[in-house]
Amino acid sequence: MPVLALRRGLLALALVALVAAVPATAQPAAGGDKLNVVASFSILRDLVHNVGGDRVEVVSLVDPGGDVHVYSPSPADARTLAAAKLIVTNGLGFEGWMDRLVQASATKAMVVVASTGITPRSAGGSAHGSGGIDPHAWQSVGNVKSYVGNIRDALLRVDPSGRAAYEANAAAYLQRLDRLDDAVRRAIATIPPARRKAITTHDAFGYFAADYGVEFIAQQGVSTETEASAKDVGRIVGLIRQHDVAAVFFENVSDPRLIRRIAAETGARIGGTLYSDALTGPTGAAPTYIDLMRHNVEEIVAALK
Amino acid sequence: MSLYDLMVSPFAEFEFMRRALVGVLALAIGAAPVGVLLMLRRMSLMGDAMAHAILPGAAIGYLVSGLNLFAMTAGGLVAGLVVALAAGVVARATEIKEDASLAALFLVSLALGVVIVSLRGNSVDLLHFLFGSVLALDNDALMLIAAIATLSLTTLAVIWRPLVLESVDPGFARSVSGSGGPAHIVFLALVALNLVGGFQALGTLLAVGVMIFPAVISRFWSRDLTVMILIAVAAGIGSGYCGLLISFHAGLPAGPAVILVAGIAYCGSVLFGRCGGLLGRLVPRRHLEA
Repeated sequence: MPVLALRRGLLALALVALVAAVPATAQPAAGGDKLNVVASFSILRDLVHNVGGDRVEVVSLVDPGGDVHVYSPSPADARTLAAAKLIVTNGLGFEGWMDRLVQASATKAMVVVASTGITPRSAGGSAHGSGGIDPHAWQSVGNVKSYVGNIRDALLRVDPSGRAAYEANAAAYLQRLDRLDDAVRRAIATIPPARRKAITTHDAFGYFAADYGVEFIAQQGVSTETEASAKDVGRIVGLIRQHDVAAVFFENVSDPRLIRRIAAETGARIGGTLYSDALTGPTGAAPTYIDLMRHNVEEIVAALK
Repeated sequence: MSLYDLMVSPFAEFEFMRRALVGVLALAIGAAPVGVLLMLRRMSLMGDAMAHAILPGAAIGYLVSGLNLFAMTAGGLVAGLVVALAAGVVARATEIKEDASLAALFLVSLALGVVIVSLRGNSVDLLHFLFGSVLALDNDALMLIAAIATLSLTTLAVIWRPLVLESVDPGFARSVSGSGGPAHIVFLALVALNLVGGFQALGTLLAVGVMIFPAVISRFWSRDLTVMILIAVAAGIGSGYCGLLISFHAGLPAGPAVILVAGIAYCGSVLFGRCGGLLGRLVPRRHLEA
């Protein structure tokens, strides 16, 4: 008898599990007749917001300040995806969890990879899960112009009736990006070439380095998924001494204590926070992509000049 | 590569390596004797449970004042003691045995701690909570660890007699003296204190390693309490030194490398230990002859 009861209990449990495994059904679109768009992280959300304007309602899965590399999606994220008409991802192996999440949510939304068409860089130093491609392509304004083009085209396909608005918004935003690109180049030009070397906590500035001619030496490989080893730290301290690097930068997603230790040990200047993978909240220093780039360049110039 | 390059120059060349070494030395000196007594009192699991319990306490400290050393230490200390005492109360007041209530409490603490850290920080902060940052010990953290080691050894010297007596023969200890109970409470506080010290360097998940591993290793090599404690301290220091060297040369994360070396020493001791090791049991020794 107890065995029978136990078996019945297990059967009931299995049924519960089965029911729970049925994908969440799509919810009716929130926010009236606006187009629901999901961006994987906050920078893409800002880009979509700029191109889509009032016609789209865009949310990001990873909040401002969060680390996309080690993000683990929640069931609520699957529900968000299921309700979306368009999903915008960075690609280049940045959101390793995205494919599984899209499948699990059984969403019918179109998925667009914003980095399509850019020239990928291979990640310097240690290769990781994404086949050694550096995913942080948005650190170059030129690449973000491609992002904006891809996002505009995707919006046109999902919502053809908004063509005029999307094209006008995208053109205006591309102009602002051109001005940003000019400003970045002018600012970097004020740093003496021999001093354009810095250390960061996270190898996220490869595209910035390639486009604007500032050398970045990363302290922690390419991904914040790994803990620093004594070998890495020793290598960085050696590098600072060897190249006479002028500044070390904190980042919003890594261990500030380790950076302070390295700065104390080498006498390099501690720069301000550089934002790489995430925007800040509306009250922070980098609430939009353009603010983020301007802020980073100001910090770089201040520390290296 | 010369022996000097292999074993000395990482520490001679880099200050962060010297600091990490001093940190693990102080940890071993403070935590290993506590670990030996913990093991003799059959409370190894208690150490694990308290280490996990530190997480929510330290996380509340973090929530209130960021990565502030003293707020996190105070929070962790209080939480560790609360869980130790709560487990004792549950064991005495209900039918649940103490090991079961400990297992329950440390799971609750771990889950609660992760939730509290994610309220304010991100997952990288969480990683530093769980695994520490032995390579980034600043002056305050080193002073804290050294102070804890000093306090821990002094206190052990004071409560040594009742503590050891109660560990080996609790019935006799109760019959001759009433100081076993207070000594037990003080001892629990020492365990929590040492775990909080270890938390700075190794994080909540690994801090208990510098306490338990040296103790268990020493048990395989001696039956004399004093010798066991000396062996435990030596094992702790050795694991710390070798772990840091391996982290430096092989590029492994530092904290886990230290604990892995201790784990390997433990496996070696299980196999080859003089007192109760596997090989010693398989190969019978000659009986003593009169």
